[in-house]
Amino acid sequence: MPLLHVKDLSIILSTNDGPARAVRHLDFHLDAGETLGIVGESGCGKSMTALALMGLLPEMSRTEGQILLDGEDLLQKTEDEMCRVRGNRLAMIFQEPMTSLNPVHTIGHQIMEPLRLHLGLSESDARAETLRLLDRVGIPNPTARIDNYPHQLSGGQRQRVMIAIALSCKPDILIADEPTTALDVTIQDQILELIQTLVQEEGMALVLISHDLGVISENTDNILVMYGGAAVEIGQTERIFDDLVHPYTQGLFAAMPKLGRARNARLITIPGTVPDLIHMPTGCTFTDRCPLASDICRNTPPPVVEVKAGHMVACHHVQEARHRKTEELFS
Amino acid sequence: MTEENREIPVLEVHDLVRHYRLPRESLFREPGFVYALNGVSFEIQKGRSFGIVGESGCGKSTLARNVMALEDTDSGSVRILGKEVVGLGFDKLRPLRRHFQMVFQDPYGSLDPHHNIGRIVAEPLAALGPLPKEEKEKRVRDVLVSVGLKPQDVEKYPHEFSGGQRQRIAIARALITRPELIVADEPVSALDVSVQAQVLNLMKDLQEQLGVTYMFISHDLAVVEYLCDEVAVMYLGEIVERGLTEDMFNRPAHPYTRILLDAVPKPGRGKKRERIKLQGNVTGQTERRKGCSFQDRCPMAQSVCREIKPPLAPVGEAHLAACHFSDEVRAKAATA
Repeated sequence: MPLLHVKDLSIILSTNDGPARAVRHLDFHLDAGETLGIVGESGCGKSMTALALMGLLPEMSRTEGQILLDGEDLLQKTEDEMCRVRGNRLAMIFQEPMTSLNPVHTIGHQIMEPLRLHLGLSESDARAETLRLLDRVGIPNPTARIDNYPHQLSGGQRQRVMIAIALSCKPDILIADEPTTALDVTIQDQILELIQTLVQEEGMALVLISHDLGVISENTDNILVMYGGAAVEIGQTERIFDDLVHPYTQGLFAAMPKLGRARNARLITIPGTVPDLIHMPTGCTFTDRCPLASDICRNTPPPVVEVKAGHMVACHHVQEARHRKTEELFS
Repeated sequence: MTEENREIPVLEVHDLVRHYRLPRESLFREPGFVYALNGVSFEIQKGRSFGIVGESGCGKSTLARNVMALEDTDSGSVRILGKEVVGLGFDKLRPLRRHFQMVFQDPYGSLDPHHNIGRIVAEPLAALGPLPKEEKEKRVRDVLVSVGLKPQDVEKYPHEFSGGQRQRIAIARALITRPELIVADEPVSALDVSVQAQVLNLMKDLQEQLGVTYMFISHDLAVVEYLCDEVAVMYLGEIVERGLTEDMFNRPAHPYTRILLDAVPKPGRGKKRERIKLQGNVTGQTERRKGCSFQDRCPMAQSVCREIKPPLAPVGEAHLAACHFSDEVRAKAATA
């Protein structure tokens, strides 16, 4: 049995303009110690999926399907029960290290909170553990830093504090939602390296969410590409990059400026913009921007085709998508 | 080539210095300074794109604000089309502003939500003096079409547009005075990858059609490589390396450039990548020290780096670097 199994998950948000399907029929699983990357653009449902895992969805939302952690459905749990799971078995690192720490409490206080709540440590034990954690995440001089407020730390250091909080109860699964988007490349490098090391040493599973194919490529075993709330391609990271199949994945890869490419070649663009979730076709979510789209795409959800062992693509036109060059596809 | 070289550069920046005074902490001590720009010099020829890269806190945005004459400069000179703009008063600057316009990072914050697109885009025309209404409207329509929007969009408000479209509006607003120079501060950082590519291609096309010159600030080296002819790398308010994009990215001569290039995650290359890692983050904006500005984080730092400040010296054709060991760095890049 996998550690985490997301089965046919749908998230529907009620908005003033009607229901928005933020996530539709998502299926994936995660084994202990595995690293999974979720990649996609804004509005693709990657953050909503993370919030659903943590039981932190906004109130105006409805879920369908199951999220099984060790066979127990998290969606059926009460808030009290979720409080014992959250931070304890599942922990999350948020995108904005500037706003996700409480500015009126010292960082020590914030790291001690889960330790006292979940592990029931005494004040002095929690403080000792906090010092160890700060050292572990690479904050220099923990004894001085423990009484600092968030504004006294740099962006990279704040993200390290967030990681320390997430690690404090030795969770089984660490969810990192765009952990480095607000940081410089050099700091991003340090933080990703730290997450990698910690995940390996503690044997945690990692769900890394990013819009950056480069970050995902270098830090994950498996990858899940989402568009408009649906999974479009899933498989082993290395294999997927050898053979991008879904037209969206191909377009996304081609649209990304890459170092060392001839600069005279134009970037390939995917026409149109990221769609809004209310007026999405009932079939394939990529229909409106897809060069291969036909009538069937708009109204019938695409079948999931296994193109190679473990490499699944949700597309009506897999063969065509596979055997055409990206340049042709989007010209 | 020589013909071109004799032309006046669109932008000439010479020895630009900007220090911000910190609040006084004690009655008995002089207040400190943030040394944001410490003598930056470069020039951009007509129709070229000049990229500026560096980490946050290196002075990129301060440089943009000073080039745009949006704040007072301590010393140095900024010449736009040969005219000095440093030290000019508001009244003198205003008619010159048609020659240089700016595109900001945040397409959500830089457009006034209460104004319709027609009014937002037409606003810089005020700097040209009174224009007949028909002329104004025609120019707004034309410029909207040139950035890929519809003339009917003038009636709409910013909230009706997506991030990429808003950035097109911001570019239209910058283009409407037909400027020679556009300073773009991280114009695509807030956009999704697929939309970012559209805006980058648009900026390239506009340059080909209109011959406009870009000063392009970004932290994303791949974006800079795509758009820019020349690049300058900044660290602690100084240019540490400058050169033609291709030459510099293939054979960097400053360890900091090397490290920045190595830190960019590359899709499809697998997990294990050999690279030099950088410890810590940018510090030392508030102190003045002997020697090289990069000495604290440099993996190659020797005693000479702590004593003598390396000058920005030529290391190749149109390629300058401020490092005592630039030959070594370049040799390493050649063998890698």
